[in-house]
Formats: sequence, C-alpha cells, structure tokens
Amino acid sequence: MNGPSPLHRMYAYTDFDRQFVRDRAAQYRDQLTRHLAGQLSDDAFRPLRLQNGWYVQRYAPMLRVAVPYGEVSSAQLRVLARIAREFDQPAAELLAQAQHQQDAIGAAPRLVAGTAHFTTRQNVQFNWIPLARSAEVMDLLASVDMHGIQTSGNCIRNITSDERAGIAADEVADPRPFAEIMRQWSSLHPEFAFLPRKFKIAITGASEDRAATAWHDVGLHLLRNAQGDLGFRVLAGGGMGRTPIIASVLREFLPWDQILNYLEAVVRVYNLWGRRDNLYKARIKILIKAEGQRYIDEVEAEYQRIVDQDGAPHTITPAELERVSQSFQPPAKPVHSPVDHKMQRILEVAAHDDTEFTRWLQQNVAAHREPHLRIVTLSFKRLGQAPGDATADQLDAAAQLADAFSYGELRVSHDQNLVLPWVPCDQLPDLWRQARKLGLARPHTRLLTDMIACPGGDYCALANARSLPIAAAITERYQDLDELFDLGEIDLHISGCINSCGHHHSGHIGILGVDKDGQEWYQITLGGSDGSVLSGLPQPGKVVGPSFSAHEVVDVIEAVLDTYRDVRQPGETFADALKRVGHEPFKRAAHASRSPAAPLTHTEHSPA
Amino acid sequence: MTTLSLHLLSTPVAQGQPHDGADVPAEPGVLRLPNDADLHAVEVQQVQRIELNFPKFTDGRAFSQAWLLRRRHGFSGDIRACGDVRVDQLQQMARSGFSSAVLANAQDLALGRQLLGHFHGFYQGDAVHGQPHFGSVQSPAVHSPPPSTPQP
Repeated sequence: MNGPSPLHRMYAYTDFDRQFVRDRAAQYRDQLTRHLAGQLSDDAFRPLRLQNGWYVQRYAPMLRVAVPYGEVSSAQLRVLARIAREFDQPAAELLAQAQHQQDAIGAAPRLVAGTAHFTTRQNVQFNWIPLARSAEVMDLLASVDMHGIQTSGNCIRNITSDERAGIAADEVADPRPFAEIMRQWSSLHPEFAFLPRKFKIAITGASEDRAATAWHDVGLHLLRNAQGDLGFRVLAGGGMGRTPIIASVLREFLPWDQILNYLEAVVRVYNLWGRRDNLYKARIKILIKAEGQRYIDEVEAEYQRIVDQDGAPHTITPAELERVSQSFQPPAKPVHSPVDHKMQRILEVAAHDDTEFTRWLQQNVAAHREPHLRIVTLSFKRLGQAPGDATADQLDAAAQLADAFSYGELRVSHDQNLVLPWVPCDQLPDLWRQARKLGLARPHTRLLTDMIACPGGDYCALANARSLPIAAAITERYQDLDELFDLGEIDLHISGCINSCGHHHSGHIGILGVDKDGQEWYQITLGGSDGSVLSGLPQPGKVVGPSFSAHEVVDVIEAVLDTYRDVRQPGETFADALKRVGHEPFKRAAHASRSPAAPLTHTEHSPA
Repeated sequence: MTTLSLHLLSTPVAQGQPHDGADVPAEPGVLRLPNDADLHAVEVQQVQRIELNFPKFTDGRAFSQAWLLRRRHGFSGDIRACGDVRVDQLQQMARSGFSSAVLANAQDLALGRQLLGHFHGFYQGDAVHGQPHFGSVQSPAVHSPPPSTPQP
C-alpha cells in the first residue's frame, strides 16, 4: 500500500453490509435446519434455497455464488478454492454411481469434483456440495463478504457488467458504483422476490458492448446526453431461451439518479402484468412483445407516479454515489512511469524472441484506461478441463497471480475466464512466464477454442444433451495455434438445452443440445451476435437444418470453418464473410459432412 | 433488529380451504381484491379491511398490490394476506404493507412471529420505512477494512 490510508479497488463492505450478509446466512441456516427436520417441505424450501443459490441437480446439489458485476478479490478467490477443496467433495459411492450412469450415455471426459466453474453470468458454481453442509458454506462465504443471494429464483438476479468496467479505454463512466447501488436496492426487495420469472440486468459504461446487454431483461448503457449530463439508455425485454428476443429501448436517456425509481416501475408493472400461467411465456420479453407500447406507456406512467406521488424515495443522492464510488480506487500511479522508450524496447525484443509471447500480448493483453497498465486474460479453456472450470489449486494460483501482478483483484468474465485488471506493463513478461507454467496463458482469447459452454448433461438436471464432450472434441481438433490464428476471432457457444445458459443464440457458431428419442442430438446455428463490434447488431443465429448426431458435430464445425476459409476475402472475419456470402454455402458444407455411418433419423433403413 | 409487526391468524377450521377471493362473500367493510384488480379504480373510503390473495405462495402479485394500497392510496385500514400464506414470507408481507396474515395449514404462529425479526436492516425503502438505507443514514457509513491489497 502507498501511504497510511487504505485504498479500495472493489466495493468495501460497511458494517451494515456485513451484518446483512450474516443475517442472510443465519436465516438460511434456520430454513435448512427446519427442512432437514421435516418441518419445511421440499416445495416450501425450494424457492428459499434457490434464492440463496442452492439447486438440486442431476446427481447432487449445485451452489451458485454471486460475484457482483464479476469483481472478486484474491482473498475471496482463496475462500472459493477452500470451498472447492473441502466441500465440493461427493461421497465416493455417489461419484462412482454418477460416473457409471454417465458412461452409459457414451464416452466423455470424466466427471470432476473439487472444482469451481465460472459461468456466463460472471458467477461461480460448485457441483457436489452436500446440502447438509450448505449452511456452513454460506457462513464461510459471508466471512469474505460473499453470498448466493438471488443467484437463482424468480427474482432480480446478480447484476452483470463489462469485465473491463472501470478500466476500459472506451468507457464513458464507470458502471460499478451503479451496479453496486442496484445490487443493494435489489437485494431482498420485499415486493420483487416472487416475480413471474427470473430477471437479469446487465450494465455497461463503454462504447463496446462486452456485457451482451441487448440479451437481458434489462440492459443499461451509461452515456452522456447533448448537455453533457450522465444518464442511462434503458433497454428491456431481451432474452434467450425458446424465444430469443433482442431488447427494445424503453428510454433513450434517463438521468443517472433516477435509475432505481425507474427500475421500480419496470419491475412493478412486470410483476403485476407478466404471465403466470405458462413458464415459457413468463419472462418480460414475452410481455413486452405482446403489449409493446402499452407496456412502455404504463412503465412511464408508473414512474411518473413514483416521482409525483411517492416523492421518488430511491433517487440516488450525490452523497451516496460518492460514498460508493470511493470504494473503486485505482492503484496509485508509479513515480517513474515505465511507459518509456526503454520499456517499449524491452517488450518488443521479448516479443521478437518468442512468437508465443507475441501472440499472448496480441490476444490476451488489452489496453487499459491508465497508459502504464494492461488488462490480462487468464485462459480457463484448455485440453483436459471443461471451459471455465478451475480446480482448488488453480484458484489459489490465480489468487497468487492477482496478488503479485494485479493489486489483489480479478474479474470473472462473461466468457468464462479470469481477468487481471491492473497489470503494470513492465511486469507482463514475468506474468506470462508464471501464467504459462500454470497452463493459464494459452493465447487464444476470442479465438475458436475460447468457447463458451454450459455444464450440460454431465451435471445439469435441465440439460437435454451433454455440452462438455462436444467442447472437448472441438478443443482437441483445433489445437494448432497457427490454425486458430488463421481462423481469427470466432464466438463458439454451446448450450446443453434451450434454456441457453451457454448462449448458443448469440454465437457466430451456436450448438444446442436436443433430445430425440432419448438420444443426444445437436442443432447448429450460424450468424448469432452478442452485440459487440466484431459480431454486429445483436441477433440470434439461424439454424442450418436438421440436428446432427454427437459424433458428427466436430466434422460439421470443421466443414463450416473450411467453407469460411474458401470464401473469405483478405482480412475478413468469419462473421463478416457469413454476412457477405449468406448462409447457403455453409449449410451445404454442413449437410455434406454428415457421416454416412450415422443415422439421419432413427429410421436409418429408408432408401437414400 | 428491525421491528416488523403483522397480526397473525390461523386458517379457520370451519372454512376448510383458504378463500381465493371470490368463492365466499365478504363481510361488510371487507374488500376482497383479486390479483388482477385495477388498483387505480379501487374505492377504499368505506373499507376497514382489504383482503389480498396468494393463490400460490410463489405468486407475488399481492406484494405489489399491498404496497400500492398502503403507500400510493394511503389506505390505513387492515390489509390481510390470504391464501397460500407461509411463515417464511411473513417478513416480506409486513414490509410490503400487509398488517395481518392468515396462515395456511396450521403453521406455528410463534415461529411466524420469530421470523419477522430476522434482519437488522434492509437496503431499500418499503411500506414501513419509505426511505432506503442510504437515505436514512445520518452520518457517512463506516467502511470496514478493505480486503488485502498487496503491491505488485
């Protein structure tokens, strides 16, 4: 630390915040105790445990820990490591029985325990913690200002943001103070704990959308209007699932201090009007699609009543914004800036010496708001481990890297990696060497094998098919870095069911697991976009045709990528080539690559 | 601890099923509102008690209805939670503007009262305290020591 006064990088809990999380852990312990004693039925306990992040999955409970807007400290990461090591441990018989059942489905990577998993919503999941130990885990999380509040259930979920929030070079304003203020407002909101369906908010303050905001129930963009005032563009009604819909703009500009009052109107009208008769039609996207302007008019009218009649009680005061903002202090600038000619030369020489280091600088290191700092991605996509999986030792090692190179802070990224937000640029060679030894420096960020995948049918009770064997097979086939660099930046997203946790709708290439007659099949979509500059306007991908069997999928992906290499113009990305030539050549190649040995349908004897 | 109060009643045995807002005629002075009632058109002048219904405990429309009646309409009579009312939602009900609740299925009234006092405080304003925590704190909140922040 520089000087005696403590500086914060992340939101620093007050005594009130800490008491709140402890109260929540104690409340959960009481509920669990009553449940285990038979005084609280499965039915009554389910929403209570879900709103603390506890699911019951295919073989065991699953815990989802909230990582608010993706920010996590090394101290918190070490506690997550401890949870993986000491609690994510099934009984040997349970693991053996689960493995036996999985083996019956077909060959696949083995189930793993003692592991954390980074999700597309910047949270962290564990697959094997026995429910009887769940209250102990909540106490442990509370000891480092963490919790699982509203990481599931039909309520306002953990709020996600840009992995580069507060450090991005292209940022209008730091979204983290607003994300924190919204986190507090939404936590245990008495009116909004039993909404028609789950409710996800994403916020960004940058010109590049790295938070897929248009795919959320509410997407918020910090911006300045013509007068230079700070406010939000408010989008609502986006979502994936069975009916992928891109969010509509509710407000082009809402003054920043009104965001809680406005959200109250958005969520209240949804709570009163949203459908409760059909699970698949209960999201706000369906309401907005059905009601259109009538919904928007009612939100505006309700917002006006909140201001005029209620006195706008949740107007954010400048003092509160200032209080919360003070938590997010950048590290002190070095006295001697390392960004001089000498340093540039050292980096250049090092880069020329080693092509892998050059590639790492190119793909895994990004520009920072502060010229002497860099943003570094630690890749959790590699052979032998599922995308976004981290063992206890790997979590500890990442915490060590954060302490040594990033002032003790990390971010969980929306695409399931860890990001070091504050790396001094003169320390990049040292960081690279250490990260490489740990297997976390594969220079493929945003390339094909930096794919998104949900846990799928290996762990999840909802899945129709497994995601991880597909992810492993594609990773295995595309190991050559020259080939990956030649293919360029491609978003490959895999979901094991239509709930779309693997965001297949927004992948340039999307893979969706479907169940046909008890068999695993995969639907492939092309041309989806998360709304980033690379991907273009947000949109769902289009299905290439009837689904493929598990063993055909990798060949189909290869055929699609070979087609891209055939049709592309110099420098043209996969997404751009697809837009220019259309889907037909890709579809033809995909269908031509169906393997003759594989049944097209279960009536495989029909004449060709 | 925050002090929340809610008058708790048990389901009358004779009635059997908790009412769903329509099947049993209301007593004089009692207004039973369905979950899809247009609250802007509701007349509460001669009403002593408004009964709101939870068809399932996971159907949260009555929370918004209670809040609107209490805060927006300024209704000062009794707002009663009926239907699938369970002890673990009582705190939420008290904070949303309910003043009484009829517990379904012979639940423990004492446990219900105990659960009302489970938290020291809440972040957002509600029907009991209109102001959010940040609006009611007099002096700037004290930040606890930060997580360890080593120097690279």
